Parts: sequence; C-alpha cells; structure tokens
Amino acid sequence: MTFSSISRRSLLRVGAAGLAATALPFGFARAQTNVVLGIVYVGPKDDFGWNQAHAVSVASLKAVSGITVVEEENVPETDAVSKSMESMINLDGANLILATSFGYYSPFVVELAKKYPDVTFRHAAPLWNKDADPQNAGSYFPYLNQAHYVNGVAAGLSSPTGKIGFVAAKPIPSVLSNINSVLLGARSVNPNATVQVIFTGEWSLPVREAEATNALVDAGCDVITCHVDSPKVVIETAEGRGVKTCGHNASQAPLAPKGFITGAEYKWETIYKTYADAIAAGQTPPNFLVGGYNNDMLRNTPYGAGATPEAIKAADAAIEALKGGAPIYKGMLKDNAGNVVVDKDYDNYDPYLDGMNWLLEGVQGSIT
Amino acid sequence: MDNAVLTVLIAMLGGAIRVSTPFMFVALGETLTEKSGRINLGLEGNLVLGAMVAYATSYLTGSPWLGVLAAGMSGLFLGALHGYICKLPKVNDIAVGIAMMSFGTGLAFFFGKPFIQPQAPKLDSIPLGDWTGNPALAQALQVNPLFFVGIFLAVAMSWAFRNTKWGLIVRMTGDSAASAKAMGVSVDLVRFLATAAGGFLAGIGGAFLSLYYPGIWNQGLSSGQGLMAVALVIFARWDPIRAIFAALFFGAAGAIGPALQAVGITSGYYFFNAAPYILTLVIMIISAGSKASARDAPGELSITK
Repeated sequence: MTFSSISRRSLLRVGAAGLAATALPFGFARAQTNVVLGIVYVGPKDDFGWNQAHAVSVASLKAVSGITVVEEENVPETDAVSKSMESMINLDGANLILATSFGYYSPFVVELAKKYPDVTFRHAAPLWNKDADPQNAGSYFPYLNQAHYVNGVAAGLSSPTGKIGFVAAKPIPSVLSNINSVLLGARSVNPNATVQVIFTGEWSLPVREAEATNALVDAGCDVITCHVDSPKVVIETAEGRGVKTCGHNASQAPLAPKGFITGAEYKWETIYKTYADAIAAGQTPPNFLVGGYNNDMLRNTPYGAGATPEAIKAADAAIEALKGGAPIYKGMLKDNAGNVVVDKDYDNYDPYLDGMNWLLEGVQGSIT
Repeated sequence: MDNAVLTVLIAMLGGAIRVSTPFMFVALGETLTEKSGRINLGLEGNLVLGAMVAYATSYLTGSPWLGVLAAGMSGLFLGALHGYICKLPKVNDIAVGIAMMSFGTGLAFFFGKPFIQPQAPKLDSIPLGDWTGNPALAQALQVNPLFFVGIFLAVAMSWAFRNTKWGLIVRMTGDSAASAKAMGVSVDLVRFLATAAGGFLAGIGGAFLSLYYPGIWNQGLSSGQGLMAVALVIFARWDPIRAIFAALFFGAAGAIGPALQAVGITSGYYFFNAAPYILTLVIMIISAGSKASARDAPGELSITK
C-alpha cells in the first residue's frame, strides 16, 4: 500500500462525505443505510468464467441507487486477501464484503469478521458453521448442477451420437455433481447417452485443457462441456474441432457461434440484491443462503446455434420442472463401479448429495 | 485394445506437434545464450510477455503474424536488458534471470489486462493429414508453420555452430572467455547479442501459446513452460537438434494423461499427468552420469564453473 493511493482514496472519501453533507438539508432524511459493497476476485474479472459471473452480477447492482461497489481482482488466497478486505473497510467504508474464492474463507474471512463485527462478510462456498464462526460472517452458494442438468437435457437432444465429453478440474463433490447431472439430464431424453470425463487436476491449466478437449473429440464425443475456472480454451478448441458445446459459470456463447447449445450460469445478482436490501433496511442478511432454479439463483445461457428445436423445448420444460423443485437424483441409481449410490429420490439440497464421491453408471471416468 | 493403443499413439503424436513448439523456441533461445557462456533463467518472462504482446498486437491490428514479430521484439527487449545488466561488473546472471522472469510476467499481466476477454485472430495451420482419411490423425497432423520454423532454426543453428565464423565465436566465448579476448573478440558484446537473440526466440514461443495452442491470453497461460524449456537445454546437452527431440518428447509425454483417460484408463490420472516430469527426471539421471554430458557443457557457464 503506497502513501499516494491512501491519500487519494481518503481525499475521495472526504469529498464524498462533504457532498453528502451539503446534500442532506435539501434532500429527504433517509432511514436507509447506504451499502458499500466490497468484492474480491481470485482472478481477472473478464475470464469468461467464475470471476466474470460475479463481476457481471455486481455490475448490475452499480445502477441501483444507494449501492456503491468496490472491486479488486487477482487477489491470491493468502494474507493479501486480508489486506484487500481491510483496505475496503477502512478506506472505502465497505459494510458488505463478498469474498468469492474458496480459499478466502478460513482463516482470512473468519479472522476479519471477528475484528470488524459491524461489517457483514459473505463467502461464496457453503463453509459457514453457525456454531463456530462469527455471526456477521456467512455463506452463499447456488447449486449449479441444476443448470448442468438442463445442459444435459439440451445436449442429449442436440448430439447426434449421445456421447458427451466433460473436461473437469478436480474430483470434488460440486464437480462430480455437475458431471452426474449432465448425464442424468441427457439420459432423461436419450437413455443411451453417455458422459466421458477427463480430469486435468488443476482449476486452470490452458494447455492441458486444450489437450483434454482434443482427446475427447478424438474419442468420438460430439458435445463438449466443462467445469474449469475459465472455460474459454475448452469452448474455443471444441468449436475449432467442429463439435457442439455447453458452457459453465458465465456466458460463453460469443466464443462458439456455430456449436453453442446453452450453458450453466450463476445468477449471483439475486443473492447480492438480497444482501444489499437487507443492509439498506438495517436488517441482518441471511447467514446461509443456498438455492437453485427454485429461488432464482441460476439461469441457462440463451440457446445458441447448436441447440435443436426439440432440445430447446425439452430444456425449457426441465427448467420449469426444476423451478417447481423436481428432484434430479431419483432412485435407484448405480455408480460406474456397480454399487447402488442413490436408493431413493433425493431433494436437490439433500445433505447426502453434498458428500458425493461417485460417478454414475454411464459416466466413463474415475475420481482417483 | 489395439484401437486404444493406436488412439493413445495418435494423441501423443498430436501432442508432440501441438505442445512442443513453445518449448522448442525457448530451448533454442536458451541454447544460443548458454553457448555464449551466459545463463538466462528469465525466459519464462519472455514467453509470457511474448504471449501477451502477440495476442494484443494480433487483436489490435488483425494480423497474427505481425503479433509473432511483435512478440519476438518484446523478447528481444527483455533479452537485451538481461544482456546489458549482466555486462556490468559483479552481476550474477542467475539472480538477474530470476528478476527478469518476474519483470516480464509482471509487465505482461499489467498490460495484458484488457486483452483477456477479446478474441484475437489466430495463426492458421497447415493440414498435412487430410489424405489419411482418419479424422484423429488428420487433426494430429494440423501443423503450425512455426513448428517447421523451429526445426529449420535448430538445423541451421547446429550447422552454424560448427561451420561458421560467428558460430565458432559464440562457442569460444562460451568455452573460454580468455581465449576469446586473446583473439580480439569482445566477450561482452557476443554475450549481449546472444542473450538478445535468445530472448527474441523465447518471445516467439510465447506467440505460439497465445495465437495458436491453446490460443488464449490470460495469466495462467504458461504454467511454467519457459522454466521447463530452460531445463530441457541441459537435458539436451546444449545441442539444438537434441533440444528439438527433447521438446517433442516432452510434448508427447504431456499428451499421455488426457489420452489415457479418453481411452478408458481413468484411474491414476494425477500420476499420468506427471509423466513428462517423471520421464525427464529418469532420462536426466541416466544421462547426467556420463562423461559426455560434462564435456558438452560450455566451460564459462556459472553453473559449471
């Protein structure tokens, strides 16, 4: 932190406060608290992926009066994030901090939440523990697998062969659930559909992601989708090979004008609006906020040229069903080693599914 | 199963051709620099900056080949800077190299911000495998012209080191600065030029990454290719031709991980993804013990002195 940046920011703040003070006598006395929303990203906010999804949502809040947005990109999951968040609180007056990367939570968010009890901290992964963690901290997380299920439905009816390729980063439950949901979606419209998965082992490894995409296309897959941080390489490589694609995290439609079907997207603005409204009204925003299609936290990218008319119809129907809470994991289902892993219908938010460590029968791949 | 073996072999062939080019250019650049008796560990910085400059230039001008040239020039700039700093008395070229690596990547990240999102025009490839009638093979044989440029350069360098006055001068400054001085050759000038030229080549390697394969620009693009390529030079024992084989070998080994998963050998992918590093280590250990490898090392290098 250089001296010049502190003084510049402080000056701006003083200026803003002065403006507000002069405005007060003429304006109306506001009961509402102004929201200063500080958001930290782990990567660039225009990466066609996870960070962009957050940034797009936050950008939509900038237009709302009473909300100020402070952003910082490329903040590593180290002490650096504590410094970024503290500077947002002390220099910009942030009263709502959104930490968007998994590794930010412990110890950084937890420690700062203890230090600044008046600031609301929310973290984008279901890690908040109501017994152990500070009450001004909290978690939010939409279940993206519901939108991947819709991807699967659309892919199952847009793929001539029913072979779907999936480039995955790491075999953690949320990734596995996306893979399984693509399969279940595809099988709901084409019982012979399969999903072939290649794990790259890292969240962002462009060269290996391109290799994995090529390997899947060579193996005969004609729809490619993925769960990596920045799907740009996967989508562009697949488009270059002339196969269809389904997106992940943010809209990749512009990257694949010929083969894009649809994509699974987060609708973070629903959550961020909820928080901002609560703070503006002087209430405590919900500590633990999860959801999906049933409470407007997800969307699918508008259909691209790769989606067939039947696919669009079936995918729209699937979205309606999910909004009504239709379950995705319906018993009996076996994993690809032959064990029964789903013995009854599970609600889409059933805690059993959070611990997923299997790939369903029909998925070619292994988690080890 | 035969089919699966064939699939993996085709994937390795494709991987060798697709992935090897950046390694080739960086390794050739480093070979030239080290032959003159100086180490430039900062070529990772040249690679990343080259990738960014190439992408930005291609996006702004619409000409990817202009991007390649600009990437080379950015590498030349970093190389020349390294060469100049190392000329100063009591400067350690390894330490400067590490600083240049941070400088190059930092510069690239700073100026590269606005170019992460846009799509820049890419380099075209030459389809050499369409006659085979096998789509996977045809894809593997989509070869970028830079691949051939790299091979041509290696042959030319190898010949020049043996048969031209300039080649002999570079080798002499690398093997014995005292002899070079006795011959009336300016050691500093030769090393400066060799480092700058090596930087130019590494920059072109970066252009291949951002403009062809994988064909994007972002901060995670390189994943250490520039560092590996510097190690490949030692692996190739300072021989340009062997550097080409080392790069091809490394690219092919890198394709093993994804290809095995594609044919259904799905467990142990962390192990298979590490194949290039494991194989390199094994060959290093086998080859490092030989007398020949000690003889091949330029005598003036600060690691061998």
